[in-house]
Amino acid sequence: MSKIDLSVTIGSLKLRNPVLLASGTVGYGNEMSEFIDLNKIGGIVTKSLSLKPRKGNPPQRIIETPAGMLNAIGLANVGVEVFLKEKIPFLKNYDVPLICNIAASSIEEYVECTKILTYEDTIKAFEINVSCPNVKEGGLQFGNDIHAVGKITEKVKACTNKPVIIKLSPNVSYISEFAKVVKEEGGDAVSAINTLVGTSFNIFTKRPKLHNVTGGLSGPAIKPVALAKVLEIKRLVDIPIIGIGGIMNWKDVVEFMIAGSSAIQIGTANFINPNVAEEIIKDLENYCTSYSIEKISELTGSYKI
Amino acid sequence: MFIVKSLVEKTIELENNILVIKVYSPEISSEIKPGQFLNIRVSETYSPLLRRPFSVCDVEGDFIFLMFNVLGEGTKILAQKRKGETIDILGPLGHGFNLDDDYQTAVIVAGGLGAAPFPYFVKKLPNDKRIISFVGGKTNNEVITYGLKNILISTDDGSLGFKGTVIDLLNENLEILNKGKIKIFSCGPNAMLKAIKEFSIKNNFECEVSIESAMACGFGICQGCPVESTSNKEKYSLVCKDGPVFNVRDIVL
Repeated sequence: MSKIDLSVTIGSLKLRNPVLLASGTVGYGNEMSEFIDLNKIGGIVTKSLSLKPRKGNPPQRIIETPAGMLNAIGLANVGVEVFLKEKIPFLKNYDVPLICNIAASSIEEYVECTKILTYEDTIKAFEINVSCPNVKEGGLQFGNDIHAVGKITEKVKACTNKPVIIKLSPNVSYISEFAKVVKEEGGDAVSAINTLVGTSFNIFTKRPKLHNVTGGLSGPAIKPVALAKVLEIKRLVDIPIIGIGGIMNWKDVVEFMIAGSSAIQIGTANFINPNVAEEIIKDLENYCTSYSIEKISELTGSYKI
Repeated sequence: MFIVKSLVEKTIELENNILVIKVYSPEISSEIKPGQFLNIRVSETYSPLLRRPFSVCDVEGDFIFLMFNVLGEGTKILAQKRKGETIDILGPLGHGFNLDDDYQTAVIVAGGLGAAPFPYFVKKLPNDKRIISFVGGKTNNEVITYGLKNILISTDDGSLGFKGTVIDLLNENLEILNKGKIKIFSCGPNAMLKAIKEFSIKNNFECEVSIESAMACGFGICQGCPVESTSNKEKYSLVCKDGPVFNVRDIVL
């Protein structure tokens, strides 16, 4: 096989391939490592971390929907301190770029988390979750508030030299305006998209199926929406995009790259096949060989409209 | 843990629309313990999208058996699988029953399809332990006794066996239960498990329950299957990783 260059760059972050594992679908790596060779993956995005541990929402947290799922986990996580003490040592055994996802209830908490985590060498970049739909405070409110997103970008950038990626909410009218603010405030990239707000009712009890009432929709059902959001950002803002939303196979990855993504994240598919990322990377290499694509990064934004 | 595509051998129809599917899966059959589960994908399409958890009903050599009834899209597809077709299995998952504790009699309490994990349990129970099985259902259509031993039956409407709940039936037999040291092993609807918890605590019986939950991954990453723990109020336990079998005193039902 000829030498295919699968590497991509997100600002100053160099990745061996464009396939990342999305926050909340890979935990902190240890469970996934039973199924997948983490050293082959482009990168791992940790479960959202907050300053203090969070218990998360009561059950029911998950509902399957047509070609998708609703989740309302509520950012259950071990907190920054336990993460550094108990989770990082395992991740140090692997040669895989670690992107640390941070969720917070206030701008100060984002800053505090970043300040603590930036000293850890294993962490190569930060992904800032301004768009979790499933917690009462923070989360979605930030994701909907363009000034807050700008402020968070500015403040987090000011306390780290590592690349800062802002994970954007699709639950807004014009996602490109948010991407523009991220760029203006010095953000290195955007991840698009987080989940779409949805709900589901039990028709007999008339109660919502999720304890949190609403949840975040993910899976193949949201792929067309995610692609349109990526395209919107690509056309209007000059910032690297990490595409996310219902990617199940290599064809979906290629589609996201054509629409403007420099890299992608696999989310819900990890729950169904925890080895899917490795399979996709192999398939992408075959695709590039078959179509004489020397560098996969050529695909980014190669749409013909 | 493995992800394996396993060949369907045959599907056996029990009474009352309950099916048992026999699958050739030496990887799983050699590893699985009673009470552990598998997360199964029945089709490559996106309908259904996620895997579904199934407890292993029985093991015979290289074959495993899964018990189910047709409820939704996934079980409908599973019911139509013919010899030579495959199912995609992720497992074995979770913690099973602790069979080796200090007790003389295993008291199985099963409600409806909660009988599913017990045929293999019966097979693996150490020889020096006795078994009594209490099986309950709302009506006789819900009573499943497949693979069980030494069976007492209750139905809410009295259409089969004792008239009343399975807890009523346990109370009727307290004298037998109080002879020697027993341990209760239970699986069934949540309301029944709640009552079993109360019954076990009141009578000072050891008790393990296998509980159900919606889940996506089955191995601890999606965090979709929390259950409240009695010892740690700051953190949920996960049904998939910390269970599905719990000491009944460790969880809030």
